[in-house]
Amino acid sequence: MGEAYNILIGGEAGQGLVTVGYLLTKSLVGSGYRVVVTQDYQSRIRGGHNTFVIRVSTDEIAAPQEVVDLLVALNAETVDLHRVQLSSRGLVVADEAFGLADDACLKVPYKELSSRRGANIVALGVASSLLGLNEELVALTTETHFGKKDEKLAEENRRALRQAFEWCEGQPSRAEKLPSVENVPRRLMMNGNEAIVLGALSAGLRFYSFYPMTPSTSIGQGLAAVAEQMGLIVEQGEDEIAVINMALGASFAGAPSMVATSGGGFSLMVEGVSLAGMTETPVVIVVGQRPAPATGLPTRTEQGDLEFVLHAGHGEFPRAIFAPGTVEECFHLTRKALDLAQRYQGPMFLLTDQFLADSYRAIEPFDLDQFPPVTVAPEVGAVSEPYRRHALTDSGISPRLLPGMSKHLVATDSDEHTEDGHITEDHAVRNRMVQKRLKKLDGIRQEVIAPGWIGDENPELLLVTWGSSKGAVQEAAGVLRSEGHRVATLHFSQVWPLVAEQFLPALESAGEVVCVEGNASGQFARLIRRETGFVVKKKVLRYDGLPFTPEYILRELGRA
Amino acid sequence: MVRIEDYGDYGTAWCPGCGNFAILKAVKQALVAAGLEPHQVLFISGIGQAAKAPHYLNANLFNGLHGRSLPVATGAKLANPNLTVIVESGDGCNYGEGGNHFLAAIRRNIDVTLLVHNNQVYGLTKGQASPTSELGFVTKAQPQGVFAEPFNPVAVAVAMHAGFVSRCFAGMIEHMAEMIRKAIAHRGLSLVDILQPCPSFNKVNTWEWYSKRCYVIPDDHDASNWDAAMKLAYEWGDRIPIGVIYRNDRTAFGDKFAILKEGPLVGREVDRHALAAIMESFA
Repeated sequence: MGEAYNILIGGEAGQGLVTVGYLLTKSLVGSGYRVVVTQDYQSRIRGGHNTFVIRVSTDEIAAPQEVVDLLVALNAETVDLHRVQLSSRGLVVADEAFGLADDACLKVPYKELSSRRGANIVALGVASSLLGLNEELVALTTETHFGKKDEKLAEENRRALRQAFEWCEGQPSRAEKLPSVENVPRRLMMNGNEAIVLGALSAGLRFYSFYPMTPSTSIGQGLAAVAEQMGLIVEQGEDEIAVINMALGASFAGAPSMVATSGGGFSLMVEGVSLAGMTETPVVIVVGQRPAPATGLPTRTEQGDLEFVLHAGHGEFPRAIFAPGTVEECFHLTRKALDLAQRYQGPMFLLTDQFLADSYRAIEPFDLDQFPPVTVAPEVGAVSEPYRRHALTDSGISPRLLPGMSKHLVATDSDEHTEDGHITEDHAVRNRMVQKRLKKLDGIRQEVIAPGWIGDENPELLLVTWGSSKGAVQEAAGVLRSEGHRVATLHFSQVWPLVAEQFLPALESAGEVVCVEGNASGQFARLIRRETGFVVKKKVLRYDGLPFTPEYILRELGRA
Repeated sequence: MVRIEDYGDYGTAWCPGCGNFAILKAVKQALVAAGLEPHQVLFISGIGQAAKAPHYLNANLFNGLHGRSLPVATGAKLANPNLTVIVESGDGCNYGEGGNHFLAAIRRNIDVTLLVHNNQVYGLTKGQASPTSELGFVTKAQPQGVFAEPFNPVAVAVAMHAGFVSRCFAGMIEHMAEMIRKAIAHRGLSLVDILQPCPSFNKVNTWEWYSKRCYVIPDDHDASNWDAAMKLAYEWGDRIPIGVIYRNDRTAFGDKFAILKEGPLVGREVDRHALAAIMESFA
């Protein structure tokens, strides 16, 4: 991996920090750079301390880093909190009015260069200039973002940028400019949630219900913004119980449906999960994890709900759980979950987290023609009367008709039911129905995505991980390999079902296996043991609300 | 032409003397009077003896969780507005467990008929108080008698300007059938609060108790007059008015979605140009 440069923008909520961060990231992506963004914010609307960190490189990068090269401080507190992270080439950019005594500090006369509301645009201009970005590109990016409606604002922004660039160019050179990129490729700037939105739309999502809950809210709002254009309905429910039940109603009637929430909201949906399993109604549930229990750290990240999502919903019924490790995987796995939900007629899950949900990356555009919509209730041919929604079959999957779309009556029940969907308490029927539902797991197992292996065969050290920790783990392994060690990584983008044959030999071939995951008890390590008998003796865990970095992993391994 | 036989005739799990038998009959009559064939109707029910009713006729059916019929109905009706969606469940489901959804369904004004079998007790679980039990109602779960005031669903519905609010009594089948037919015809949230006895677990609100008190609202009541409706809504005790109490022509929820004018959500193609443009917006 080539050089990476790390920019931290910090300030209080309400200072326009996210705008600066967003526009700088957009300008960097537009200039051909790769990025990994980490958004760290508090659960408040004004005040407090928030950061927007952009790691940038000309090469592909997939993890955040701790060391900071450019510290753009919108308030003085940011410098106090983060100067300890500055690299040897690190530079602070702050208001001259803060009166900071740091050596490597560019003191910007914000008061002279802008109006009060334009201070963040000046910060954008200074940072862009220091990095060597093209002023016109930054100006255009800013203008596109704010739109053409408020001409006065557009003019103010242009002036603020011009003044920032001019002032900056007049200063003695303090920071290294980024290496320039020739033949800038066209890439998309997307975060995990946006990729889920695009994936779902491509798969033919028609109904989405939600209750606002960090970090999942932007999925609903992203879909709502394009709902009319794309012909789907987005509805905010009165509570999460309504949300899951609405999605099941829409799905029962034939509309591919999805919901997204976080742990606390998912807790309220759990009976609905059981209902989906019993009535064999397709639905995709996205759980964007954050630190728990209860309200926890509402705006931070964790990987603590794996076992909860695995077992959620009383009773026994099949499910699949996907755990995307990158923004691209968010797109692909959302599609896969929606497809699997239709074909196996039940609940399928996507486990993400605040870090990935909010992490902007530069990704190649998708060849959308390769990604058709899912099929709902494929043609079933002749149906004998009366139609039996839950007809027993070899695979456990019953041919599906939709209510009101033919003369056949479609009935289903949350109670145990006969093949025709009506209530029963017959013990023999019960046995057959339990077996039918569980049989579907066989088919799901045939389609499990094998974990991804990168690195040396028969390694001294094998790092195992799942979900969004992928990048940090792979980069840490890369560092160790560059130091001459035989290291490999195994990343699971599907954490359920687990098919032992796909990875047990790999685990057994390694000298030492370490499981890296963002929770306190090593849930995935425990799952591996449960399913395969393999004991993962060492774990690198994190549960302080922050995402993994390669530095953290190396320190914990004792190899920093 | 649909006939009552098309709706079938099935054995039930109900006690002799249960008000449900009459209600089931009235529902079938109403469906036939509305000219609806079984496959055009989707019943959604919760859990309770009342919620079993849709199993005993021919129609599409989603028998879901206790209290959660209205959200299911909301989603189903949006996905396929061509379906006639009827929620049929008890007072525990609709006013207790599902209370928040009752309020939300009225706020939205979903085009769904809500048939509530209101027997002022929890029958299936053998006799606990329900949200509509009288103050002081004694049960094994409330041996000192219920301490809380009963929920008045009709008053709440009128107060919230629900689309259609009516009440009837299981002892008057023809009147019930007429209310249900009107409710189905109304485009919006159409409440039919159906008073019925539970001979097994409610020894207070019996056939006799209701018969003595229920009276048909005279024709001169203007159901679009909210003040008059609120007055009627609070009449309870010695005199219980039954009939159409309130009617409001607010736009139904589904009619607010422009995309539904093109037809159901079911079976649509993905607009590839629009999708590509959305992806472009991230470049």
